[in-house]
Amino acid sequence: MLLTLLRNDRGGQIMLGVLALVIIAVPILNLVVPQGNPLHVPTYLVTLMGKYLTYALLAVTVDLVWGYLGILSLGHGAFFALGGYAMGMYLMRQIGDRGVYGNPELPDFMVFLNWKELPWFWAGFDMFWFALLMVIVVPAILAFVFGWLAFRSRVTGVYLSIMTQALTYALLLAFFRNEMGFGGNNGLTDFKDMLGFSLQADGTRIALFVASGIALALGYLICRYIINSKLGRVIVAIRDAESRTRFVGYKVENYKVWVFTVSAILAGIAGALYVPQVGIINPGEFSPLNSIEIVIWVAIGGRATLYGAVLGAILVNYSKTLFTGLMPESWLFMLGALFVLVTLYLPKGLAGLVNQLKTHTVSKKVTA
Amino acid sequence: MMKRLMILVVLSWLCFQSVQAEDVLIEVLPLLQTNTVQTKQQAIETLAKSTDANRAQYLQVLMNGELYLHSNGTLAIVKDSQVLDPKTNQVLTLPSSEFKKITTTNNLRSQIRKALEQLNLTDANPTVRLQAATNLLNTITPDIAASWQQLLTTETNPTVKNALQLGIDLAALNAPEKSARLQAIQLLSGNLAPEVRKRLQVLTTDSDAEIAQASQRSLKTINDKIELYSYGETLFFGVSLGSILVLAAIGLAITFGVMGVINMAHGELIMLGAYTTYFIQQLMPSFIDYSLILAIPAAFIVSGLMGVLIERTVIRHLYGRPLETLLATFGISLILQQLVRTVVSPQNVPVSNPSWMSGSLEINSVLSLTYNRLYIIVFCLIVFAVLFMVLKKTNLGLQVRAVSQNRAMARAMGVRSARVDALTFGLGSGIAGVAGVALSQITNVGPNLGQSYIIDSFMVVVFGGVGNLWGTLVAGLSLGVVNKVLEPWAGAVLAKILVLVFIILFIQKRPRGLFPQKGRAAGD
Repeated sequence: MLLTLLRNDRGGQIMLGVLALVIIAVPILNLVVPQGNPLHVPTYLVTLMGKYLTYALLAVTVDLVWGYLGILSLGHGAFFALGGYAMGMYLMRQIGDRGVYGNPELPDFMVFLNWKELPWFWAGFDMFWFALLMVIVVPAILAFVFGWLAFRSRVTGVYLSIMTQALTYALLLAFFRNEMGFGGNNGLTDFKDMLGFSLQADGTRIALFVASGIALALGYLICRYIINSKLGRVIVAIRDAESRTRFVGYKVENYKVWVFTVSAILAGIAGALYVPQVGIINPGEFSPLNSIEIVIWVAIGGRATLYGAVLGAILVNYSKTLFTGLMPESWLFMLGALFVLVTLYLPKGLAGLVNQLKTHTVSKKVTA
Repeated sequence: MMKRLMILVVLSWLCFQSVQAEDVLIEVLPLLQTNTVQTKQQAIETLAKSTDANRAQYLQVLMNGELYLHSNGTLAIVKDSQVLDPKTNQVLTLPSSEFKKITTTNNLRSQIRKALEQLNLTDANPTVRLQAATNLLNTITPDIAASWQQLLTTETNPTVKNALQLGIDLAALNAPEKSARLQAIQLLSGNLAPEVRKRLQVLTTDSDAEIAQASQRSLKTINDKIELYSYGETLFFGVSLGSILVLAAIGLAITFGVMGVINMAHGELIMLGAYTTYFIQQLMPSFIDYSLILAIPAAFIVSGLMGVLIERTVIRHLYGRPLETLLATFGISLILQQLVRTVVSPQNVPVSNPSWMSGSLEINSVLSLTYNRLYIIVFCLIVFAVLFMVLKKTNLGLQVRAVSQNRAMARAMGVRSARVDALTFGLGSGIAGVAGVALSQITNVGPNLGQSYIIDSFMVVVFGGVGNLWGTLVAGLSLGVVNKVLEPWAGAVLAKILVLVFIILFIQKRPRGLFPQKGRAAGD
């Protein structure tokens, strides 16, 4: 079944192959190869790569809705952040009485705010399964409600993009408020351990890295499955000719809502894997800038390819790490120039560039 | 006994002298020499009632404790160890050590103060008169009120007249006859001065039931009025916030609404306008008052040229692909932000307010409108009117509308659409720059200035209906007012969230905004 799924997806085959290799090799190079050996992969690098993998999954979810469904979501960062917050709340409860104030029941920031008891929406987050459920349910509900309202009233195109941006902006403002009970400006941090394993331990970090890799692979396959199915044909039809699809008899709104919701769930999972690896979640993740950055990963990698999104996310973030370290001044110049140049000269992204070169050589042969 | 006798002799002598010279100092000298509180009170009263031109100055130095007395009966002002003649202000040769200070008590000083204020009531400057009347309101007594009644007949300034009348009415609250008191309460009904409220509040617990009831009624009228004015104030704040939103959004209404280009760099064009103001002020630090006048055209040109540059280099290639335009212009916004950070500074820069922007217009004692907000509102309306005229009455406006409605047909009629595109985008961007000048006066000018307005601007344009300038105006103003109305009970942040949620829901109901385009212009 895996093979049929990826039969016509050369890029996907390569991407998943490399991913499998990395998931297997990195733990070995980190745990087995001794420190000092040039082949040793230090733990910080493992975490960094794990972070990139969660970004890649996020990019895949945006590609699903933008590339195939034609919805340019400028608010996918919100689903990512909500998943992250759900995981962060679990990690927060795991701190127990090891916080600065040593209160066994309340997280530090609540003690600081002089709260007497846990707000109702924190109930249950001391259980891992409940947190996992919320990682899925919360973004799903938001995406479903928003999508149901927006798509049913046929808000499309630019309007929809701006609405998604307003959505994440409103959440940003809301989570900044201390009264919301999510740590306000500082967010959730100082995590100690997860399922009893210390987050500082090499083993835990490796496990999180592997989990991120597997999540990416599964997320990719789910998206690929959707696209290859009959549903996939319909959503591409919606992207290319929405009115026509509607007249043919398809319930366009329902398709849109469901794909949007699936995408949001996967984004939430990416967020949940991101938080334990970076050790913090704060309202900044809701900022509209973050969401637009995701879109540019996809645009650079190549829309409507899925593997292009993975490529774009990893490349852009790797260069971000590189350049903010080397010359921090220039990074925004570079990112800005990337936005402009890619939209002007690479409308199909890097993946499209490869295909273009291929067709170029083919057509040359034909004309010759 | 000897002393008393002497005073009597001197006073009678003074009576003869007074015709000859109006030297009030000689008149009060013996009173000051006796050094009791009563005589000093008398002295102050004499000083206040005299017609001497210098009487105010004498009272002032006496209050400041600078009036000294020599044993030989010479009065002098001793100030910074200099001995001056109080009449001529010339230096006296007597050593300061031989003088004794004429001391005053708190009671005496407050008596002097009142006397001085009373004197000020006849000052030539109406502002001084008004101030004096206001200062005396709290301690007004029937005899002062009587003197005010006289002043009222000669007073010409209506504001001062009102203040005097208020004082007379307030004094009447203490009148011995009940009917006069009741009449005063009636007269004060609806008066917003804080003194009135204070006095009426006390009277509501008066032993006389009729008085208490009457003052309660008057007080209620006053409170109702105050409530009304506080609504007025909220409305004013709302409209001024709305004007800011309209200013920020109106350039976008051109580029997004008329041209269909989503310009995410719009905020940065506003920022450029604000920075232009800063640079103009740096160039002419001694003419801050005029800097804004100069900054408006300068900002229009700077942002407008930048807009034309953006259109020619990037947007031109992306017409008809709105989502790509969004991404490319977002890239431009990042570049512009970083440019400002690198070239100017990552910190906010100080932009000063011209003197004519500070202060406020006092409508009455509970409602005052600050000038900077007032000017913003006026400025916004002017910009709107000018833009509207440009689009409706000029040749350029005609071509802009033609191209935005049907590009191919406009081209066929000989409109150079590429040039029109560039000029339209330049116009929208220039307006953004002008908005930046206004924003520099009310918010911090820094690299992030644009980002904080871009989402609001889009909300305003989308809410109002794309392609409709009136829609933008109505949407901006109403969002501003709604925001300010919600703020008192929801807090600033929650109010903003509620407004955002409201717009999101509103767009579900009416996807094309308040005033949707009709007919062919509506497109697909």
